[in-house]
Amino acid sequence: MTITDIIRSPETLSLTFVNEFSASPDRVWQLWADNEKLGRWWGPPTWPATFAPFTLSAGERVRYFMTGPDGEEAHGYWIIDSVDEGRGLTFRDGFADKDGNPVEDMGQTTATVTIEPIDSGTRMTLASSFATLEQFEQLMEMQMDLGMTEALGQIEAILAEG
Amino acid sequence: MVVQTKLSDTEVDLVFHALADATRRDIVSRVMVREQSVSSLAAGYAMSFAAVQKHVAVLERASLVTKQRNGREQVVHGNPEALRRASRLLDRYEELWRDRVSRMEDILAADDRRGDQEEGAPA
Repeated sequence: MTITDIIRSPETLSLTFVNEFSASPDRVWQLWADNEKLGRWWGPPTWPATFAPFTLSAGERVRYFMTGPDGEEAHGYWIIDSVDEGRGLTFRDGFADKDGNPVEDMGQTTATVTIEPIDSGTRMTLASSFATLEQFEQLMEMQMDLGMTEALGQIEAILAEG
Repeated sequence: MVVQTKLSDTEVDLVFHALADATRRDIVSRVMVREQSVSSLAAGYAMSFAAVQKHVAVLERASLVTKQRNGREQVVHGNPEALRRASRLLDRYEELWRDRVSRMEDILAADDRRGDQEEGAPA
């Protein structure tokens, strides 16, 4: 794995992440376009994500849920704003209720993904931003809750081994 | 792995290091030291009053500064707590994406091992 750049920008509540893969752009694109592959990396191991089948196109709403260690579910959605087939997409990501309806006051992350060929394979650039500090905080708290549960799960596993 | 995010001595240093736009970084550092009017800030840059006002608006939206009207002047105050909060949130968000990218690598490697390649003809 080669993370070549991370640009943190607290004043605009945004983060840009640049990573280079040795795989071809097409295979990196499939990590985003194929709902089965996407489900394998989006959620942490203890909160695996399941994405409903979708076609990446502007206006498409993608539904997913993550399943926790005790079978609890956290639902989420993407709204696809633009797609440049094989080369990039822009989408909004947020939490949803059980029926897949966006939880409006939780806010959204806006993300732009760019995939481009380089000599050694593929460069993927991900730029994410949050609308307000409060929304950013709320979303990260939600993520933290998921992460916390994961950490607790790991502690339990270690204790069980001992 | 090359990571260009350096950790500096203090959290505030880290945040300042992270500020991407030079003008906004400068505005934040100035008003953290002492409150300043938009017009006195504008006097320090080779750009229009309106342009400086826009930078201040971006900072204001992120809660990193607050603006108060004092007579005919608009006074900009720094909000160090918000800057620290934003920086801590970015730490966590960065971690989230590091984990995701590492899982992406695992999937690409696993597919290689399975011979499940979707490559076209070599270039």
